[in-house]
Amino acid sequence: MAILDKHTVLEKNVTLLAIFAFLVVTVGGIVQIAPLFWLENTIEDVEGVRPYSPLELAGRDIYIREGCYVCHSQMIRPMRDEVERYGHYSLAAESKYDHPFQWGSKRTGPDLARVGGRYSDDWHVDHLRDPQSVVPESVMPKYGFLENRLIDGEYVGDLLKTHRMVGVPYTEEMIENARADFAVQVDPDGDWDGLVERYPGAQVRNFDGQAGISEADALIAYLQMLGTLVDFSTFTPDASR
Amino acid sequence: MLNYIKLIVLGLITLFALIAANYARDLAFLVNAVIVAAAAGGVFLWTLRHTDEPLVKRDLSGEYMDGVVRAGVIATAGWGVVGFLVGVVIAFQLAFPALNFEWAQGYLNFGRLRPLHTSAVIFAFGGNALIATSFYVVQRTSAARLWGGNLAWFVFWGYQLMIVLAATGYLLGATQSKEYAEPEWYVDWWLTIVWLAYLAVFMGTLVKRKEPHIYVANWFYLSFIITVAMLHVVNNLSIPVSFLGSKSVQVFSGVQDAMVQWWYGHNAVGFFLTAGFLGMMYYFVPKQAERPVFSYKLSIIHFWALIFLYIWAGPHHLHYTALPDWASTLGMVFSIVLWMPSWGGMINGLMTLSGAWDKLRTDPIIRMMVISIGFYGMSTFEGPMMSIRAVNSLSHYTDWTIGHVHSGALGWNGMITFGALYFLVPKLWNRERLYSLSLVSWHFWLATIGIILYAASMWVTGIMEGLMWREVDANGFLVNSFADTVAAKLPMYVVRGLGGVMFLSGAIIMCYNLWMTVKSSPAVKATNSAVPAE
Repeated sequence: MAILDKHTVLEKNVTLLAIFAFLVVTVGGIVQIAPLFWLENTIEDVEGVRPYSPLELAGRDIYIREGCYVCHSQMIRPMRDEVERYGHYSLAAESKYDHPFQWGSKRTGPDLARVGGRYSDDWHVDHLRDPQSVVPESVMPKYGFLENRLIDGEYVGDLLKTHRMVGVPYTEEMIENARADFAVQVDPDGDWDGLVERYPGAQVRNFDGQAGISEADALIAYLQMLGTLVDFSTFTPDASR
Repeated sequence: MLNYIKLIVLGLITLFALIAANYARDLAFLVNAVIVAAAAGGVFLWTLRHTDEPLVKRDLSGEYMDGVVRAGVIATAGWGVVGFLVGVVIAFQLAFPALNFEWAQGYLNFGRLRPLHTSAVIFAFGGNALIATSFYVVQRTSAARLWGGNLAWFVFWGYQLMIVLAATGYLLGATQSKEYAEPEWYVDWWLTIVWLAYLAVFMGTLVKRKEPHIYVANWFYLSFIITVAMLHVVNNLSIPVSFLGSKSVQVFSGVQDAMVQWWYGHNAVGFFLTAGFLGMMYYFVPKQAERPVFSYKLSIIHFWALIFLYIWAGPHHLHYTALPDWASTLGMVFSIVLWMPSWGGMINGLMTLSGAWDKLRTDPIIRMMVISIGFYGMSTFEGPMMSIRAVNSLSHYTDWTIGHVHSGALGWNGMITFGALYFLVPKLWNRERLYSLSLVSWHFWLATIGIILYAASMWVTGIMEGLMWREVDANGFLVNSFADTVAAKLPMYVVRGLGGVMFLSGAIIMCYNLWMTVKSSPAVKATNSAVPAE
């Protein structure tokens, strides 16, 4: 074939070969990724989705740090058994403030997209301490050490600021109050009106039942809010999706 | 003069790393900063000891630079054993959760060891294999010494530093949570520098080649290096929360981040584990079989088709998710088309043995290479099949995916690397032959049976759990709780672990065999002078 003979040109010139190869490998990514930033129906408009509260965000970082995403997905597919087992299928809007996303790729354990409110705080404490004590078949490792690691939210303001830099709508007020909001979310006797006003639906409890703010407090606060923000009784899917 | 600049730079790096360690916000960053300080300080002392020494200038341009390849071979074998060992440990952790030891709770739980395993195997074992073989192949096929002098050594040691930083970071809790791109921002920046140096060495050597044509293996290596640079930079775009801590925040979020991640993730497979290793295949299989590559035209067609199509396949990791349907459909279609160029590579590799098939009986190294190409063909058929939405709805989130990945990684990447190592060691250390061919046979059978146990048990457990999850009774209720499906997998998890033990044993036998080759095989005259093939 004549066209294959022309390949000699590329075979004899490194620069041409490199440039050609680079151009060829860019196409797919440009076509698949770029439109997701400007096609408006990529992320549907849904009421209720808000940025994470400082404590929830700290809990999310612990979720990431411990590699929970390795065994738990946060993405319910629109299939009968999944909707039956885990609840309404996941919407793109529900993870729009997730930097990075936590959809996961493997279910060694169940999906957690809507685990919020499904179990009590006590159950979560027991489960983290010794998963087999509440689910005998479970192969999950123990995470009891989280209860003993106290955190003070010293850098949580910086964390919120960095999230604002990448587009999460944290207001000046949220950043100023970040550390106070962080502490008051585990203190039902404290003055948490401002927190709930800034983060509607934020749950204020002493999550691990012990004095002080522990990593378990933060992680359970995060788990208990997962999937609770959107009210699906009033949700209608976008027909264009 | 150059040494003085080096000393100043290294001294400053050591100083800043120690300052960073002092003010570190988290343990992972602290330990990593100390490692950087120790590495820079060590090189500082080494440079100091060699400053103002009389330089013996010798013209090395007629000699291949094989020291760095030897180091790469050692690193490949060593990291391979580490990676396989961690794999065996986590396989048994899934069967017996008590192996997540109480005393190591915050450090050696499955969630922290699993990224260590994947990174050790893909980047430490696979990456070192690719760097070492590409340095060997590009010199031989260009009849030129590596370009850039000691830059190749910088690539080697810089890459090892990246591995150590990433590995210690995982255990101490520094991770971005993006699969196969877990290392935090400063490791990503460092890898970018090392990778560009790698590109410079590789392209520089090709530029000064004495052969008129660039050999096909080098097309694959080159496209792998370029594409991985692009993928790495885009997928790791993140803003550090502080320059004194390991935590960073990804620039993309949610659906866009998922798409970018799997564009990266699938092409870590497509370019790191496929294109690069095809480069290996195109050199070592013809050399070991002593036959020319089957078809030059096929190699042109399948090369361009492969690199063009692979990039599109990412969205098949996101079927039925919140990713828009158009993107997931594109991903599925291109994944299926990808089957063709993949098998183009398989055919070109297998048919290279035309006229030399009898060697399968006598040469266990050729046997290893052939079964590796066989596994490549098998998993590049399985992959497109699993990317079909209907199949994926069953296989996604299950162990089937894990089995698929391992028939590719253990079968294709592992076996072709073992073959290349068996080929390289006698040549690099100027030995007449390998220490023992019967040990190679042992390695071959242990590894092959190990992979079969692994893949078969994962097919069974993957399909079983997929079916159990979706099973409903006559009244429409779910039959199985999630915990039921976990309990049902135990026997297969044990079989999988045993398969891993066999594969690991084979690799340890290989290390012994290679060590004895260097130590006790009869020496021959060095043959590393750069002579063009004309």
